[in-house]
Amino acid sequence: MRALTWHGKHDVRVDTVPDPKIVNPRDAIIKITSTAICGSDLHLYDHTIPTMKAGDVLGHEFMGEVVEVGQGNSRLEVGQRVVVPFVIACGQCYFCQQQQFAACDNSNPAETADMSEFLYGYPMTGAFGYSHLTGGYAGGQAEYVRVPYSDVGPIVIPDGIEDEKVLFLSDILPTGWMAAENCEIKPTDTVAVWGCGPVGLFAVQSAFALGAHRVIAIDHYPHRLDLARSMGAEVIDFEEVDVREALVEMTGGIGPDACIDAVGMESHGVTADSVMDKVKAAVKLVTDQTHGLRQVIIACRKGGKISIPGVYGGVTDKFPIGALMEKGLSVKSGQTHVQKYMPRLLNMIMEGKLNTTFLISHRMSLEEAPQGYKMFKEQQNEVTKVVLKPHGVTSH
Amino acid sequence: MTSSISHTAHDDAPLSAAKNPNLIPEYGEGGVRHGDVLIGRSVTINKPRQELYAFWREFDNLPKFMHNVRSVSIKNRTHSHWVIEAPGGKTVEWDSKITDDEPGRLIAWESIDGASVRNSGRVEFLDSPDGRGTVVRVTLTYDPPAGTVGKLIAKLFQKEPKVQARQDLRRFKQLMETGEIATAQPPDAAPRA
Repeated sequence: MRALTWHGKHDVRVDTVPDPKIVNPRDAIIKITSTAICGSDLHLYDHTIPTMKAGDVLGHEFMGEVVEVGQGNSRLEVGQRVVVPFVIACGQCYFCQQQQFAACDNSNPAETADMSEFLYGYPMTGAFGYSHLTGGYAGGQAEYVRVPYSDVGPIVIPDGIEDEKVLFLSDILPTGWMAAENCEIKPTDTVAVWGCGPVGLFAVQSAFALGAHRVIAIDHYPHRLDLARSMGAEVIDFEEVDVREALVEMTGGIGPDACIDAVGMESHGVTADSVMDKVKAAVKLVTDQTHGLRQVIIACRKGGKISIPGVYGGVTDKFPIGALMEKGLSVKSGQTHVQKYMPRLLNMIMEGKLNTTFLISHRMSLEEAPQGYKMFKEQQNEVTKVVLKPHGVTSH
Repeated sequence: MTSSISHTAHDDAPLSAAKNPNLIPEYGEGGVRHGDVLIGRSVTINKPRQELYAFWREFDNLPKFMHNVRSVSIKNRTHSHWVIEAPGGKTVEWDSKITDDEPGRLIAWESIDGASVRNSGRVEFLDSPDGRGTVVRVTLTYDPPAGTVGKLIAKLFQKEPKVQARQDLRRFKQLMETGEIATAQPPDAAPRA
């Protein structure tokens, strides 16, 4: 089959690779009809996530048609359309039974689980197409993919709903939703969202759906700020204004009640501390750039909530621990428990309560995926979301 | 026996967490001796302890999750023959006997006199107090052998056993909880260029 593979920093290619097979009883093989490039794929493209190997198949936002089902799966049937969560979760360990699917104890193979146990203290869950830290599973920017525990993760999509309306159930919609849920929003709350990429935009929409009084979105790309505004947010351009001062003034001196870091390690700040981070990254110290997160912590009101859906992988310097402690902030973070949120969000899509297609800017074939990565990286104002069609445009 | 050394002298932590393994005290016959390698690892498995005990007690099941154990042949109710994979396609073999067996609770075994690598093992199954299933605690000891052959075996048993035990127990948990062992082995499980 054809698949998008990683070969090094800013080097992704479409190669012919072996077809995936059913190897465990609960596996399924999915023929991929739609798959997207995620902002977090750019971390791999920039090679800021360790443990990538040349030849890895990328992609963790995908959906398609079930073409083969293992003997141990009595839930899925060949021919069904499914969206697959990017988190691979067994459904039977303690964490899965608490619906903490992104903490699944079993999905990261025993050999690769060592790495995250050393890095983070405990082994992390498996995920599709996202380095060997999360298991080395092949991703879904391909014609076919093997889905482990396919009786737990994939959600069946009713006929009549086009791919693009439901594709983002795989990651960014539940990620934006969980980011807002982690803010424990009250009806009078003002929520500030750093980053108007796909996750930030879904966080804006989710914060309103969860009852936020106001949402203020922060970015520097005019088109992305326009999209946030179209979702009802007030916006701040961080290149034009001092973000903390703007937020203080816009909230009557109190500050935002909850702040969402939907940027992660790619923060674009140009302050002295971010220059320092770049120097350390250049000499290959594993230091995440966290300028945005520092600003989030400083700008949040006393006793406020910090929610971090943005991806980080290593350690950081100059973390404002004093502001965190003295202001009594609460922090919630983590990879998304996608399986937990999918059914509710699918219902909301079907009821027309969520707009899931407004952020798609480009549609391409799988063969054009390397160009899609390059554009997504270099033209962030215009390129907000790239959807790939590995088998061409279907009639769904 | 390994049960008698489950804690360090001054606190409640297991001896296997000691920073300085040379502090492991010398114990009597059949127990850990000075210089022995001690490995301990606990895992909580979301299954009843009787079920986990029953699977482990059939020693010929062990190679399903112990990846350096090529085979365990059961000779009788207490005795078994172990074949272990060593570097370079070689194998190491020994006979082992069960020294303690409390159904649903624990199994202990040790190599019979004359084994090329004197070793013992113990697995305990304890109800998790919060209803999360069963705490499975494995303690293994090896006496690293001397000589040229010893060096080869030491490579297998001195540096690797902790890693091996950790990965084996993860596989045991996967197999018991999910019925399968997680894999992303190319090409079938995870195609790659």
